[in-house]
Amino acid sequence: MTTQAFDPGAEAARATGAILHDTLHGSARGVVVDSPPGAGKSTLVVRAALELADAGRPLMVVAQTNAQVDDLVVRLAEKSPDLPVGRLHSSDADPYDKALDDLPNVRKSAKAGDLTGLAVVISTAAKWGHVKVDEPWRHAIVDEAYQMRSDALLAVAGLFERALFVGDPGQLDPFAIVGSEQWAGLSYDPSSSAVTTLLAHNPELPQHRLPVSWRLPASAAPLVSDAFYPYTPFRSGTGHDDRRLAFAVPADGSGADRVIDEAAESGWGLLELPARHTPRTDPEAVRAVAAVVRRLLDRGGAATSERSPDPTPLTADRIAVGTAHRDQAAAVRAALTELGVTEVTVDTANRLQGREYDVTVVLHPLSGRPDATAFHLETGRLCVLASRHRHACIVVCREGVADLLDDYPSTEPVQLGTLVKFPDGWEANHAVLAHLAEHRVPHRP
Amino acid sequence: MSLISTLARLEAVSSGRAQPAATVRHRRLSDRPLVLVPLTTAGEAGAPLGALVGTDRDAPHLLVVAQPRDRDLRFAFLSELADVVLPYLDGYAESVEAAERTETDPETGKRVKVEVELCADAPQLIVPSRAGVEFLRLLGRSMRFRRTAEQDPETPYPAPPRLPLLGRWLTHFAERARVPGASLLPAVTDLLARHWASGQSTLEDQHLGALLAWIDPPEGVTGAEAALRAELDRDAEGQLLCPPAGPATDPAFDNRLLAPAIERYDRARTALAAAEDGLEADDRLGALTAAEREIRALVESRTRPTWDAVWRGLDLLRALPEGAHVEERWTRDRWSFTAHRDRVLAGEPPQPRRDDAVTAANKLAAREREQARLEAQEALDDPLVMAGRRLSGEAFAGEVTDVVMAYSEGKRPSPRPLVTVRTDDRPYLGERARVYRSLGGRPQAAEFVGYEDEGALVVLRIVDKMGRGKEPEVGSVPEKGDPVCFTLFEHEQRGGAKLPDPEDTPWTHGGPPGEAAAPEPDPVTAEDLL
Amino acid sequence: MPLPRTREKKLRQRLAELRGPEVPAKALDARALAALAANPGCRRRALLDGAGVNKAALAGALGSPAAFGQSQFALTRGNAFEARVKADGGAELLRLVHEKLDRRAEPPSDAELPELTAIGPEGRTARTTHALRDATATGGWTLLDHPMLALDVAGSPAFLEPDAVVVHPDGSWTVVEIKSFPMLDGSADPAKVGAAARQAAVYVLALEELAARLDPAPAVRHHVLLVCPKDFSNLATASAVDIRKQRAVTARQLARLTRVQDIADALPEGTCFSPDLPAAELTAAVESVPATYAPECLSACELAFHCRDRSRADGAVTSLGRSARAELGGLTTVEDVLAAARGEAGDPADPAVAALRRAAELRAEALGGAVEGGATCR
Repeated sequence: MTTQAFDPGAEAARATGAILHDTLHGSARGVVVDSPPGAGKSTLVVRAALELADAGRPLMVVAQTNAQVDDLVVRLAEKSPDLPVGRLHSSDADPYDKALDDLPNVRKSAKAGDLTGLAVVISTAAKWGHVKVDEPWRHAIVDEAYQMRSDALLAVAGLFERALFVGDPGQLDPFAIVGSEQWAGLSYDPSSSAVTTLLAHNPELPQHRLPVSWRLPASAAPLVSDAFYPYTPFRSGTGHDDRRLAFAVPADGSGADRVIDEAAESGWGLLELPARHTPRTDPEAVRAVAAVVRRLLDRGGAATSERSPDPTPLTADRIAVGTAHRDQAAAVRAALTELGVTEVTVDTANRLQGREYDVTVVLHPLSGRPDATAFHLETGRLCVLASRHRHACIVVCREGVADLLDDYPSTEPVQLGTLVKFPDGWEANHAVLAHLAEHRVPHRP
Repeated sequence: MSLISTLARLEAVSSGRAQPAATVRHRRLSDRPLVLVPLTTAGEAGAPLGALVGTDRDAPHLLVVAQPRDRDLRFAFLSELADVVLPYLDGYAESVEAAERTETDPETGKRVKVEVELCADAPQLIVPSRAGVEFLRLLGRSMRFRRTAEQDPETPYPAPPRLPLLGRWLTHFAERARVPGASLLPAVTDLLARHWASGQSTLEDQHLGALLAWIDPPEGVTGAEAALRAELDRDAEGQLLCPPAGPATDPAFDNRLLAPAIERYDRARTALAAAEDGLEADDRLGALTAAEREIRALVESRTRPTWDAVWRGLDLLRALPEGAHVEERWTRDRWSFTAHRDRVLAGEPPQPRRDDAVTAANKLAAREREQARLEAQEALDDPLVMAGRRLSGEAFAGEVTDVVMAYSEGKRPSPRPLVTVRTDDRPYLGERARVYRSLGGRPQAAEFVGYEDEGALVVLRIVDKMGRGKEPEVGSVPEKGDPVCFTLFEHEQRGGAKLPDPEDTPWTHGGPPGEAAAPEPDPVTAEDLL
Repeated sequence: MPLPRTREKKLRQRLAELRGPEVPAKALDARALAALAANPGCRRRALLDGAGVNKAALAGALGSPAAFGQSQFALTRGNAFEARVKADGGAELLRLVHEKLDRRAEPPSDAELPELTAIGPEGRTARTTHALRDATATGGWTLLDHPMLALDVAGSPAFLEPDAVVVHPDGSWTVVEIKSFPMLDGSADPAKVGAAARQAAVYVLALEELAARLDPAPAVRHHVLLVCPKDFSNLATASAVDIRKQRAVTARQLARLTRVQDIADALPEGTCFSPDLPAAELTAAVESVPATYAPECLSACELAFHCRDRSRADGAVTSLGRSARAELGGLTTVEDVLAAARGEAGDPADPAVAALRRAAELRAEALGGAVEGGATCR
């Protein structure tokens, strides 16, 4: 397929049309949609919800976290302020985002009974798991279905007749805190993802894929697609010339500025510190991350994209820092505070899932590590960190990760009968490193 | 490996002796455990070679399969094993106390309390290593679907009467061993490694002899030297002085000692079968008995050192005081034992080969809850475990420096005192994060308000367990100068989602599994083995 | 990529010198492949395996013999099982390949069983190549029993011997591994299956190299067939194992292996690993190649006990496990770590040192508190 022949808008519209058709008019009990990063999953979920509501089908929506639920409620209310929406929540303190209190047609309750008759009721899988009904919902949408465990689906599947399952297969897999090997290879392994179980039992269900990432720029989509979605590739919705990142203040020759320029130009930048084994909160690397963020803000960045003809200023809310561990995030936050930066999001991969920024600065999960554990090699973790940006991603890393990977081979046990869907974390890490090496800026603090 | 346990291992290397990894014993040790040291035949699945088993450390039963490929001899071995194990289990099944359990009333669907029996104590099987647990699981699997002549007179190679029952019990114990914190079937290496940090890797800790050498080295020898000897030293015949704890045997033993002995046994058996008159048969029977005795001696020589090591390990463990929550977890083991006793009594079929979707999900959820419970309870019971949680930012300890009385808003203001704690720990507290402390064994919750003095002071708002009155009950609010310890993790576990009954398994998970037919026995061939 | 002829010859000569006079090269067997997978970054292992040195003999000569023996019971059973699976012209094996991997093809009957015996590994490799080429064109089933494949590993040729390779009627090739561990109720020991998958991945790569030289290039299937005894019986059962991951990883590992040539070039003149040499000389030779010891080596590499002794003598933290170093930053020896923890050395501004001191304090506090009776933290 050549670039000329590929019309992203048309491809995406065709996919969405087919999904909605199968959802509203198909006969299958389930429809599965794979959505790579930034392919318009949320838009699809909101649109499907509104069309189902319009068709008069009572709808329940299952998401995985309270933040996801609140986000969906807000999006639904934005699109259709008159739609009666129920937000089913837990009985803990602060069970939902206070912003929901300002939405007049959103009713909130900890009891499902209070929300009967509303067009759409939204909650987390955990909360739905405690709900009992006499009459199941006609339809459900299960969001982030790849991050949902099979046993969580088992607990809620009796609540609905049919469902649309939407999710990103490349992000962090669900996990169990105890061993679950004894069920490996079973079609209903409770620790596998909900989609895996669903498809194992219902292979005939229609499966769709959103083929275009609107978030990832043309510079990032091929790498992310090849490294993390080798068997279900996708394309960028924009061309190389559609996005531009420019800075008013010229580079001062520092490593931070040079890597910013490299990333602005090519979409990727690797700020490489000298090889050294360090603790997780490597002070030099943390300072380097903070310095890059400070310079991104100081240099008057402006992002031009297909969204508007005029450049948008690169402000703190358009930048995020991603780390593997919480203590690293805390250290980066502290370093940023010292530099007077407080508005930039700094979080772990788990918490950045589903979010989008113009520029991301990533502390490489393996930077300076003397060892590489399964946690650090997990494909989804790197995928999340490398796929949050619309313009550029700058990775800060110690030299020597390739050698580290060599010393920490992948000798995963293999369970008979399990499906292989993803590349090995070890392999994906190597692929990303090889690409980043082309955008390397050495940095001696 | 957490930093605090890495440090303990390094101190062990440096001092030449294992270092404590716990200050209390976190697992129940029965007063009368049944120790089982099994050996298996290399290359065969579930073909036992022999075992030492019993409750008396000075008088174990020695069980031997002189020709492990002979089905009759194997059945004889398993029968003998059943004769030791089943009476031991029965001893616990008979002594019960009354207890209450909440059940769902099938008619009203309401949760009601019912009076049931709970075994007053539970039996405990102890094996040397984790591989021993796996072997018992395998034995259990190989026996529980067997048919006895009584069950099915037509069955081709009928199993001795109590074999399927033993299989069901071993399966139950092995399954329970997968539950975090359970103590029905512990492996001694796991128990020791939980309580001591050796100066070697966790992989090397799987060797019982080496691990014991680090924990309790002989006079004048370092743990490292003693461990190395335990791992590698051989006698003049090339045999390991400290044989592997099994069930796998050392190949040098198989090839040099066992194989020739089995060959002599086979020859003697063939010769006996070919005997032409009584006199000759008598002679040849003598030869056969001698050959068999030789194999018995060999098996004993490989299991006795492990048997003694297991008891030595138990002595070391018993010297530690039991953790406060161990009794509660042991009660769960008693429930588990009682429940299986009841299933057997009710004539239910053996455990299926694979769990159905609902059973699997329920087991996983229960184990995750037990894991969280175990982690919380171990930390509450043991300051050394709590130290690890404090280091990782999941708990903090310190002294109360200030208490300011405050009240909630609303019609009936409740006490919400602000407590300031000075701590050297660095907990990761998010906005309004919940923290818990143990107040008379019950968790009291507080809400994080903010840091002061650059993080050295943590301000909390206590939110519960202060009684119903306007003034908090005496002792329910810490006072200035009190030492306190708060955790970011919850002390008690919430129940999970209610899963459907297996017959209501939804379409996403394959629908109802259908009528549970009695599981078919494994097909047997004329020769079971290769 | 094959080396130029003269360089290749020079390397072979150099490797022969390293083995010692008259010592034949050892083929890259399953254990060597496992060691490669377990520790691809170890130069000592790479060189010794690359040169075909018999590491078991070497370890014995060094005074730290390997603990790998094989019980004759296991050996007998393994051989008996393989013979059973391949009996009767491989009928059972082919039936399993058909059932598990290629149901659409006609059921196998009258499969070809080409004769593959020849003198020396080179001869057997050539016979295998011919047999595969011929079989691919026939449009029927062919079973190659113990073929011999060649693969370039770190610049030196290695010979591999899969249990079997099956050629399908469509001309595609499947690797078959026969193992004697059981498949119990449809599942098998995941560590053993993992090892078999990695081993099979190497065979697939070697077959792909071979296939690429044929025109048209036959497809090498990325599902291999793992054949094991069923439950507690001696009957065969099989499972298709997707080895795409293992293949990708192994391909990259092989591509990244430091060239054996480079390692050999860095050695002092006259280095030799012949087991006949005096122990002191051998030790010096072995020590001249750096090793990356980790406890995982104990189950994969014959030299592990030797390397472990050295690693312990050096006080290397990794002798306690790779993960032991996770939070130690740049500190690598036991005494450095303990000195830092005790506050005798190290920069307190280094977070690793600070965390160690805090850990030591907390540990001492907890243990002290316990001695005085009762937890401080209830």
